[in-house]
Amino acid sequence: MLRYIFKRIVFLVPVLLGVSILIFVIIHLAPGDPAETLLGPSATAQDLAELREQLGLDKSLVLQYFTFLTNTLKGDFGRSIRTNNSVLEELLDRFEPSLMLAIFSMTLAVAAGIPLGVLAALRQNTWVDTLCNFVALLGFSLPGFWLGLMLMLLFSIMVPILPSSGYGEWKQLIMPTVVLATNTTAVIARMTRSSMLEVVRQDYVRTAKAKGLNGRLILLRHIMSNVLIPVVTVVGLHFGHMLGGVVITETVFSIPGVGRLIIDAIRFQDYPVVQGGILFFAFCLSLVNLGVDLIYALLDPRIKAQYRAG
Amino acid sequence: MLLSVKDLCVKYVTFEGIVHAVNGVSFDIPERGTLGLVGESGAGKTTTALSLMRLIPVPPGIVERGKISFEGRDLDALSGEEMKKIRGNRISMIFQDPMTSLNPVLTVGLQIAETIAAHQNMSEREAMKKAREMLEKVQIPAARYKEYPHEFSGGMRQRVGIAMALACNPRMIIADEPTTALDVTIQAQVIELMRDLRDEFSTAMMLITHDLGVVGEVCDRVAVMYAGEIVEEGSLEQIFEHARHPYTNGLFRCIPDIDEDNSRIQPISGLMPDPCDLPAGCCFHPRCPECMEICRTRKPAPFTENGQMVRCCLYTRGGAGQ
Repeated sequence: MLRYIFKRIVFLVPVLLGVSILIFVIIHLAPGDPAETLLGPSATAQDLAELREQLGLDKSLVLQYFTFLTNTLKGDFGRSIRTNNSVLEELLDRFEPSLMLAIFSMTLAVAAGIPLGVLAALRQNTWVDTLCNFVALLGFSLPGFWLGLMLMLLFSIMVPILPSSGYGEWKQLIMPTVVLATNTTAVIARMTRSSMLEVVRQDYVRTAKAKGLNGRLILLRHIMSNVLIPVVTVVGLHFGHMLGGVVITETVFSIPGVGRLIIDAIRFQDYPVVQGGILFFAFCLSLVNLGVDLIYALLDPRIKAQYRAG
Repeated sequence: MLLSVKDLCVKYVTFEGIVHAVNGVSFDIPERGTLGLVGESGAGKTTTALSLMRLIPVPPGIVERGKISFEGRDLDALSGEEMKKIRGNRISMIFQDPMTSLNPVLTVGLQIAETIAAHQNMSEREAMKKAREMLEKVQIPAARYKEYPHEFSGGMRQRVGIAMALACNPRMIIADEPTTALDVTIQAQVIELMRDLRDEFSTAMMLITHDLGVVGEVCDRVAVMYAGEIVEEGSLEQIFEHARHPYTNGLFRCIPDIDEDNSRIQPISGLMPDPCDLPAGCCFHPRCPECMEICRTRKPAPFTENGQMVRCCLYTRGGAGQ
């Protein structure tokens, strides 16, 4: 198992290298010049040339890439062209709100989605099932920005009990957490329901009944352990997505997260921040994937056996 | 009588129509007796077995009528909780496909131990110890109790299933085609093991199979099922030597006989009737080589002689139909 984890971490190197090349090429192929954006239309040709030299933009692409790469390996992501702050500091600063939002939203989505799905499956084809499906469909179809605005209207303006935006105190996180969790809850509920309907039909559930086991024990030990395997996939995917910053939710609630940082950086052609940000995001996503795979191994001994062999 | 089934009728309500899976089945199994339930796929054997455990999925299944008494108690009258105490404890079941009937994410030791823990007042540790003993009983090294089903071969998994079924020393075991999914060489081993353990634990057994060879090895009584009915029932010798029903005779002709020169298999022509639309009269008449006019309209009443029961108009020509 440890060997497997080590192997997976080693595999991160080529993945991140590939990502760094891709980002670098795409950014530099995009039209526009950060020097022009920074200095504005009144800048003289000499000013522009000086700034480009200062930023290292006058060198060849390959040389620029290798400078970026060696600096990154040293842990230096460079400085923002726009604010002149260290990119790493800025990222870590903005990562905290995104991480908090992701953790809270995912906890809420799992806590609500799994019971909802289980309930729907246990009461299949009854009004409970229909209601659960309706709620899930609603959660799946409501656009986040609309839901966010409606919640704000309700809880910040009509009944002012929650602050409408910002980041800092826990009250400010409630509405964005709910908005961000809504969609994921719906997906988890649907996934749990269909997975559960599949599992309860399996022969081993009949075996468990034939052994005279308690209904609760059958549900928790025999059914849920199998139901959760596909649900973990969804949770992992959505969590990775949330970590990368959810631009719309962050914008609606004015939360200073990674998503907005990267969007702003792209708009200003702030190369170092974009490169560092996306590389950081790729790194986080890989770690989440590794985590998901390890949880798989925990849930399913057949997968664990493959890891041992591999 | 340990188990007595009277006039069991089970149907399934599906989109295609009402499936009459079991139509008035009656049989008895005495203490330590072994009944072989023989028939083609779809004859209603598994449904019969599941109704004994009250495990017919409802819906789509409906147990229309029938009385099942076990150890003198009427199983239909029991509450769900009381029935749980019987399942796996007094009556246990071995299933057809050992690849799918064990839970893939739980160790085999736990799967045996939880049966014991559910029925006997035992701590988890004691139950696990007992589970290891049970593994040894089915010739699996006890040290493998921590392993998962995927680490075992098909035959070994079925032996785990047997260990699970016997763990609480039940009075009766229902084995639903326990060897169908196994290799031929393994089948013999598993059958032998089941026979030995049945004798050691002195349990009664109901063996469901379509393999007459297996029946000959293990059973002392045989019931032949066709389209949800028992068409013939008798002792092993009566059925094997003096079968009366044309269907039973047809089944035996499906086995190649190496002693005969002309040892071609003679299959029964035609197919089992659609259980949604059973023929009038005797269910077997469309395929019966000895079909008479009366068979098309009259349902044969059971005719019993020397403990051998047969439902066929050849023997009840004058008798009243149902």
